[in-house]
Amino acid sequence: MNRRKAIFSLGTLAASWVAVPGLLAKELHKVPSETRMNEDHLPKPAGRQGYRVLTDEIARKNLAAVFDRLIPADEWGPSASEAGCIEFIDNELAGDYGSGAALYLSGPFDPDNEKKMMGGPQFISSPRERYLTGLKALETWARNTWNSSFHTLSDSRIDEFLTNMEAGKIDLGKEIDSRALFELMLQNAREGYLADPIHGGNKNMAGWKMIGFPGARYDYRLYIERRNENLNLVPVSLIPGD
Amino acid sequence: MSQTRKKADVVIVGLGWAGSLMAEELTRAGLNVVAIERGAWRDTSTDFPPAVDTDELRWHTRRQLLQPMSVETMTFRNRDGQDAAPVRNWSAFQFGWNVGGAGTHWAGMSWRFSPWDFQVATQTRERYGAARMAGLQLQDWGVTYEDMEPFYDRFERIAGTSGAAGNLAGRIKAEGNVFEGARVRDYPTPPLKDTHWMSKYRQTTAGMGYHPFTVPSANISQAYVNPLDVAMGPCTYCGFCDFHGCGNFSKSSPQACILPVLMRRPNFTLLTETEVLHAVKHRDGKTVTGVKFITKEGVEGFQPADIVCITAYQMDNVRLMLLSQVGQAYDPGTGRGTVGRNYNYQTCSTVTGFFDGEHMNPFIGTGALAVQIDDFNGDNFDHGHLGFIGGAGIMGFSTNGRPIQNMNTLRPGTKRWGSAWKAGYARDYQTASTIFCQGTSMPVREAYLDLDPAYKDRHGQPLLRMTFDWNRNDIDMANYVTERAIDIMKATGAKDLLVDNQTERSWNPYMQHSSHTIGGAVMGADPTTSAVNPWLQSWDAHNLFVVGASAFPNNGGYNPTLTVGALAIRAAQAIHRTYVRNPGPLVRG
Repeated sequence: MNRRKAIFSLGTLAASWVAVPGLLAKELHKVPSETRMNEDHLPKPAGRQGYRVLTDEIARKNLAAVFDRLIPADEWGPSASEAGCIEFIDNELAGDYGSGAALYLSGPFDPDNEKKMMGGPQFISSPRERYLTGLKALETWARNTWNSSFHTLSDSRIDEFLTNMEAGKIDLGKEIDSRALFELMLQNAREGYLADPIHGGNKNMAGWKMIGFPGARYDYRLYIERRNENLNLVPVSLIPGD
Repeated sequence: MSQTRKKADVVIVGLGWAGSLMAEELTRAGLNVVAIERGAWRDTSTDFPPAVDTDELRWHTRRQLLQPMSVETMTFRNRDGQDAAPVRNWSAFQFGWNVGGAGTHWAGMSWRFSPWDFQVATQTRERYGAARMAGLQLQDWGVTYEDMEPFYDRFERIAGTSGAAGNLAGRIKAEGNVFEGARVRDYPTPPLKDTHWMSKYRQTTAGMGYHPFTVPSANISQAYVNPLDVAMGPCTYCGFCDFHGCGNFSKSSPQACILPVLMRRPNFTLLTETEVLHAVKHRDGKTVTGVKFITKEGVEGFQPADIVCITAYQMDNVRLMLLSQVGQAYDPGTGRGTVGRNYNYQTCSTVTGFFDGEHMNPFIGTGALAVQIDDFNGDNFDHGHLGFIGGAGIMGFSTNGRPIQNMNTLRPGTKRWGSAWKAGYARDYQTASTIFCQGTSMPVREAYLDLDPAYKDRHGQPLLRMTFDWNRNDIDMANYVTERAIDIMKATGAKDLLVDNQTERSWNPYMQHSSHTIGGAVMGADPTTSAVNPWLQSWDAHNLFVVGASAFPNNGGYNPTLTVGALAIRAAQAIHRTYVRNPGPLVRG
């Protein structure tokens, strides 16, 4: 094949998106030769330009107080907030997770029937709304019960509160299912502690070091037959050079 | 504004495994094919290369490759008379949302169903008597394992499936599954390697007199070039497989195995980010004229075609049949009607144990990495003294060590927060291992699918409504096989067993983990009990083919994908070899 022919054949191999004039079904022929990463699949590092959802300082401190009892600093590693879990959840709540973009939020909504069908509560408010409402209620509860801001309560008082919340014994008002709010915060705190550091939490891969997970490695062919061995693999994250 | 496109020979609705395999057959035979997919184009190097794929939060926890509920969900109730509620959040279901469908993010267990699975009604009647079928709506598939063998073989060659034969043309081979149906030739690539847990499970079960073998896998063990001349690479056991794409070209998927060839064929056109609303019936009442669709921008259009193939996920196949009003909707009261009939799920349980001081290294894994015994699957054991039919594949698996997913896999009584959780997870992450029982599910009259009267999708069309709970037969089966799994786990020396038998509670979508949902547009030889004939051709519109796990009248104790693909290839060959020459019903009902 001569050079001219090669160029011609490369040209015919290129994919084409045909926009039919005035009509909009997107036709694809051939394989797109574009090898640049698709924008919506590129890793999106957590923002570092300040808080976007947890902008209220009291609310943020209250959430840190909860997260740091769910995951305290101890011999197993740093606390949730030390590991970046507040930055993590703020970033999550500012995006599609926070807005509930994936959720079915249409009515009609019959909370009691949905709870009965699904074995647990469902919501038509987004996670962002649930956090903001929940954190306000937390502060109100602390003011009413202890005449103090929630984050100033002692560790043992917060532990007692969380234990009761987990058991569904805390009343945060009619609008809030306190047991479900506990589950939401527990889920997110531990996500932040264990997700790749690119999402803002798990600083220095502390969560991974706690359990011995080697992170974003992609090839264990050399290790699979070293059975029952402590491999002592140093963890790696998606952050270049981390 | 609307558009009518140029007529195609065939329009394919949904480009996952079934759609890709059919399009490959049909375009190779010279037919002009248009595929319509509501998800976007996604490919290995542009969307899930290794530096993007290894992100648990994004792909597993947030499920960004899966179809969101805001696009479409279903409603659910356990039984007639209840008000169904919509499934608002991520649940057991894992529908595809891209070109490649669920075939992009699947785990990769690549099973053939057993000969028994295709003929449960006949086999049960002959071996145990008709009384054993009471309460069940059993019916044969209208195909046998022998009919399916060449098409299973073709799919395995395209996918590069890794495994070892257990029954090579009647010769029983101990390294494979000695209970499997006869295969004409061995797998295209050899089995994957054992992790520590798998080798322990293999030795233990062999010592108990069972017959362990490596699960056949779409995470392939070595480099391979398939019959379409597409090259795949070896699996690296990265542990980011199910819910993720594969950055290594080593998990069989439409992207890795078919699309590079299919997309280059001049007689193939793909419409992406375009959703089919329903098929359009012809005035003659015996055929359909094409499909109505809507683009991402909200413009409706019509794609005329001589043949329509609905190849979406099982739930959507049934929903599209109901929205197209092809065939009679099933009525559980009278037992009449076929669309929505024989809905079923996959009956599962797990047993987890802990091994003091050992290093399981759970991060070494692939979606299909497991050792299984089939001694208690299907009808491989005598049910004469038992009150149920069916069974389960019982496997020791090494699919992943993703830290968020496993954060509650802790010894019984361990707190989920505080220093107690941290200490517990640090202790248990390396020492936990799990046995999974993946069981058969038998149809009953009360379990079915129809359109929900209250809830709509984003286009204003009714959602599918699912009415389902575990039935007595499947509960008894699950109790029996879970006991076998507990015996095995104890024999491995594990301590502190955690048992999760899903049939102990009423079914709901948040309590389960399997996306193996089947039936609703089932195949069969009798048009009064099946929506499609043994070639997946609608009994009510002969140019409409409905292909997927929607065609399974009962579920085997195996993952469904290989059977879906084999049925797709078989239907496509019937279309281009027989149907196009003489359009009409391929069999008489």
